[in-house]
Amino acid sequence: MAGENPASTTEYIQHHLQNLVYGNHPEHGWGFAHSAQEAADMGFWAIHVDSMLWSIGLGSLFCLMFLRAAKKAHTGVPTGWLNCVEMIVEFIDGAVKDSFHGRNKMVAPLALTIFVWIFLMNLMDLLPVDLIPSLLALTGVEYQKIVPSTDPNVTLGMALAVFIMMIYYSFKIKGGGFVKELTMHPFNHWAFIPVNLFMETVGLLAKPFSLGLRLFGNMYAGEMIFILIATMFAAGAGAGFISGGLHAELFGEQTSALFWLVIFALVCTVCGLNLKGKISTGKTVLLSMAFMAIGGGLFALGGGLMQWGWAVFHILVITLQAFIFMVLTVVYLSMAHEDH
Amino acid sequence: MNINLTLFGQMVTFAFFVWFCMKFVWPVIIDAMEARQKKIADGLDAADRALRDLELAQNKATDQMKEAKQEAAGIIDQANKRASQIVDEAKNQARAEGDRIKVAAEAEIEQEINRAKEELRASVAGLALAGAEKVLGHAIDDKAHRALVDNLAAQL
Repeated sequence: MAGENPASTTEYIQHHLQNLVYGNHPEHGWGFAHSAQEAADMGFWAIHVDSMLWSIGLGSLFCLMFLRAAKKAHTGVPTGWLNCVEMIVEFIDGAVKDSFHGRNKMVAPLALTIFVWIFLMNLMDLLPVDLIPSLLALTGVEYQKIVPSTDPNVTLGMALAVFIMMIYYSFKIKGGGFVKELTMHPFNHWAFIPVNLFMETVGLLAKPFSLGLRLFGNMYAGEMIFILIATMFAAGAGAGFISGGLHAELFGEQTSALFWLVIFALVCTVCGLNLKGKISTGKTVLLSMAFMAIGGGLFALGGGLMQWGWAVFHILVITLQAFIFMVLTVVYLSMAHEDH
Repeated sequence: MNINLTLFGQMVTFAFFVWFCMKFVWPVIIDAMEARQKKIADGLDAADRALRDLELAQNKATDQMKEAKQEAAGIIDQANKRASQIVDEAKNQARAEGDRIKVAAEAEIEQEINRAKEELRASVAGLALAGAEKVLGHAIDDKAHRALVDNLAAQL
């Protein structure tokens, strides 16, 4: 946890934005980077272990869950998980049929994979920013970014894969027509070929980059706001309005993570009791606010409310971004399939 | 924020997941859904057809009932006609029989009359001769007068 001075707040934010990097450091050889500088020194031949593991994990989760539904798929009345999967599949199928008019068996599964996978990766954004990194920090993992889609490597990697498919299908379907499209548009005259080529190439390259950077930008900004709101907890922890003195008495300058877990568990218990109908909603709100105020003072209380508000809004953003990435991919592939 | 190998790692992972989804997930689910759609459409079709069949059968049954009623009415009509015909025939027959019996009776009566007449004729001569014998007081030469009396009797 960062203290109240600006330097450590900056440190806290930068720490949260640093991936766990494994690579070949020019001086220390192969290993995990222990600072942002070391990570930067590793250059291209390094890998973001956290991004890769989380994205592979979430992708596998998607595959396994959908495979389970596919195994159980039958022509009778669908129930439970199969019903949910079929709703998603039908939604994707409808979206693909709306915007893709070529004949390609790969586009619909591609769209499904993109939508669900990106949605799951974005969903990690809704987990409290400190929860998993602090837990992993206890086991000695220094850096951890749990939202793979806030890593430009991940989003651009997917966008580049889409780009390769665009190029492949453009050549496959249009053949020479693709070259003509690049050289003879928008000015249909041989003298304009260099100008056309330049403009079309820029337009072509803009597609994957906008695709990848849009997702990255949205998720990065969302994550950033979560982190910024989280710094309010940190500030509150040091200077709790109500119980700052108590903190100092108990933990000194550094608040233990255990304390936060106790507060977290208390708030969860209150919410759980409310869900079971044991206590009224009004009491739930009052008790949660009281726990937050005791835990971190008014700053933390405000921070908690803001986290909650931003998370609710972010549900919309993560779904929308996954959907936009999918639709644009389908549209780009559809353009690659259109023979003029 | 560094661009590094993660980029290619992600591309490969992405390609693998898309392949997996395309191979094992999508076709299975979409096939099941399409099969179900077809099943439901078939079911609805069958229901429609059954409804139409029912209507047809009902129409047919009504038609047949109507036909049967008509037929029955025809049969009754015919029977009535036949009955009156039989009655008429019987009447005619009875009348004819009666006539025949009457004629036969008349003929018999005629015959009886004739026979009586014959008998009368046969006996009248004898009686007349006997009467005449009595009147005349002596015997009449039977042979001489027989022809005379027979002649008389024939005129009866």
